[in-house]
Amino acid sequence: MVTKEKAARTGNEAMAEAMRQINPDVVAAYPITPATEIVQIFSGYVADGLVDTEYVAVESEHSAMSACIGASAAGARVMTGTSSQGLMLMAEVLYIASGMRLPIVLAEVNRAISAPINIHCDHSDTMANRDAGWIQLFSENSQEAYDNMIQAVRIAEHPDVSLPTMATTDGFIISHGMEAIELISDDEVQKFVGKYQPAHPLLNVDKPITAGALDFTDYYFEHRRQIAVGMANAPKVIARIGKEFGDKFGRYYGFTESYKLDDAEVAIACLGSTAGTARVAVDNLRSRGVKAGLLKIRVFRPFPAEEIANILKNVKAIAVLDRSDGLSNFGGPVFNEIRSALYDLPSRPLVVDYIYGLGGRDIFVADIEKVYQTLSDISKSGKIGDLVQYLGVRE
Amino acid sequence: MANIKELTKKNEPLSGGHRACAGCAAPVVVRQALLASDKPVVVGSATGCLEVTTTIFPYTAWNVPFIHNAFENSAANVSGVETAYRALKKRGSFDKEVNFIAFGGDGGTYDIGLQSLSGAMERGHRMLYICYDNGAYMNTGIQRSSATPFGANTTTSPAGKKIPGKTQFKKDLTKIIAAHNVPYVAQASVGYWNDFITKVQKALATDGPSFINVLSPCRLGWGFPPEETMEIARQAVACRIWPLYEVINGTWKITFQPKEVTSPLDWMKKQTRFRHVFQPGNESILQKVEEQVEKEWQELLRQCGQA
Ligand SMILES: Cc1ncc(C[n+]2csc(CCOP(=O)(O)OP(=O)(O)O)c2C)c(N)n1
Ligand code: SF4
Ligand SMILES: [Mg+2]
Repeated sequence: MVTKEKAARTGNEAMAEAMRQINPDVVAAYPITPATEIVQIFSGYVADGLVDTEYVAVESEHSAMSACIGASAAGARVMTGTSSQGLMLMAEVLYIASGMRLPIVLAEVNRAISAPINIHCDHSDTMANRDAGWIQLFSENSQEAYDNMIQAVRIAEHPDVSLPTMATTDGFIISHGMEAIELISDDEVQKFVGKYQPAHPLLNVDKPITAGALDFTDYYFEHRRQIAVGMANAPKVIARIGKEFGDKFGRYYGFTESYKLDDAEVAIACLGSTAGTARVAVDNLRSRGVKAGLLKIRVFRPFPAEEIANILKNVKAIAVLDRSDGLSNFGGPVFNEIRSALYDLPSRPLVVDYIYGLGGRDIFVADIEKVYQTLSDISKSGKIGDLVQYLGVRE
Repeated sequence: MANIKELTKKNEPLSGGHRACAGCAAPVVVRQALLASDKPVVVGSATGCLEVTTTIFPYTAWNVPFIHNAFENSAANVSGVETAYRALKKRGSFDKEVNFIAFGGDGGTYDIGLQSLSGAMERGHRMLYICYDNGAYMNTGIQRSSATPFGANTTTSPAGKKIPGKTQFKKDLTKIIAAHNVPYVAQASVGYWNDFITKVQKALATDGPSFINVLSPCRLGWGFPPEETMEIARQAVACRIWPLYEVINGTWKITFQPKEVTSPLDWMKKQTRFRHVFQPGNESILQKVEEQVEKEWQELLRQCGQA
């Protein structure tokens, strides 16, 4: 039987706690609201000797990820954390981390990006880097943030995957929201993550390797293709690790979580903390006889297209809640991918997009109920009206 | 002091067959630097001529562990490697003694990578950063950098009808790094191998960060015949446009005094990048160069307590 302890933790505290228990070899990080606390708490652990991690207080996020790349290539288990402008500054090197197949784990706290500068939650930062070759896990609450961090290490380091992984929370909503969560014992976490065995560490001076070489037209494509293969291998690994985690600690993880979707006629799909709010809306509607359901997406990269299509195939009308805007006149990223995932279904549900919550604009149960109301109308009339709408904005 | 007989017995750290131009000084800088280490070396490099000419997949010229990350992050990258080394050593999963050397061109060091370098120096990683300064972005086709000398013709400071080449003097990076108060900082020239190797040895023996700025002539961007690389590198020292000195724990010392001091204009005449400044009407450029070289030399003497 595993030791379980209930404790009150914010999302940031939960992620820092997971990092303490993982006790990585190297952490290189730079502060930014709302992720600052994670590295602040962690550097406290370092100062107090609770971990023996080497902590590099770098001078920017670009250098944070650059140092993570160097350390990971050297053969160390490496973690960092950031948000918003920090993730954007890292963008160049995020691609290098995945291109070099380095299993770095990043605690990302979703926050709006400038301009205007804004420190509150939306998903623009993480979505802007969705094609960087990183595995992306979204968390609904502190518990999931904690559990995702621990699983991220195993997913990233799996030799069939070997890709960096970010576990994300929603800025302030989760990062600073206190919740009762179940902690796993240090010992159990250590056993679960195991020891990192790098395949080709740079530090092996007896067998020198050249890392980060230049590819011309004759090899670049093959190397980029191999990254795609790593990503294609990821679903199996994520599923296996999610199950193993559940078997050991009682909380099972997959790619998505369905809520009352079995007989649903109208459904909402969303990521992160909004799922909690949407669940309440579903319950309210169900009590009024509306066949409403909810799809929460945990894994955005790799994108579980088939699973989503399979789950949503019998729904009549779907609203995707996008907490970032693609600014393409064609909806947000989650909408586009879900809609595309449904394309091959023999009879396709109707799909609309709602851009919501930018810069931390609250979303209320009533807002979501209104979306379901519109979905009911769509499902009855068979007409979607506006494909993309903005929820909760003053026009 | 380096012993050339001993050096020739060492394993070649950088093989031939790489794609640097004939007469390129950069690979010579690397070989001299790596031969100076008596421990295994792990090397990092910024994007630039050195990196692209030595690591064309599936080949590599590097016989030592080598990592390239991006253009502006050679120092941060090697910071990470060095930190991993300390972490793994502390935990008993690695037991060798290793030296860490980060290379960057002048573009990757004076300009886009200055922040990354400053951070790494300030944090105190035990690493040697070597800037091979060829005075422009050569890899992308000879664009000006803040290390390009006054008056030089580059593709982004072209000698035009109105503007005669670069209008700013070179940034004094060595002094900037010396102002970080790191234990060892030096300026060297690839033309004086013994001076350079000795400096690398001192740098690697330092318990902390060290920095060497080494003049690395580029025959393509400077415009001289490939067999004259070393001569050009030595003449830069003789004319005091590139003095050789070191700063050990804050104490400045000139490490090489040319027997015969020549004019910077003679050095410039040998390079086509300065051809236009010798045209009639550009006399003021020549005068400014001479004045600046003299001014900087006097400042250096003052710093060395010799003025
Ligand atoms: C962020 C970024 N900006 C620009 C470039 C293009 N680039 C590659 S190498 C280089 C110039 C390198 O100059 P330097 O550091 O002096 O090295 P050299 O080629 O002269 O040896 C430039 C501009 C890049 N690779 N990355
Ligand atoms: S362009 Fe200059 S620096 Fe680049 S390889 Fe040729 S000689 Fe060397
Ligand atoms: Mg250059």
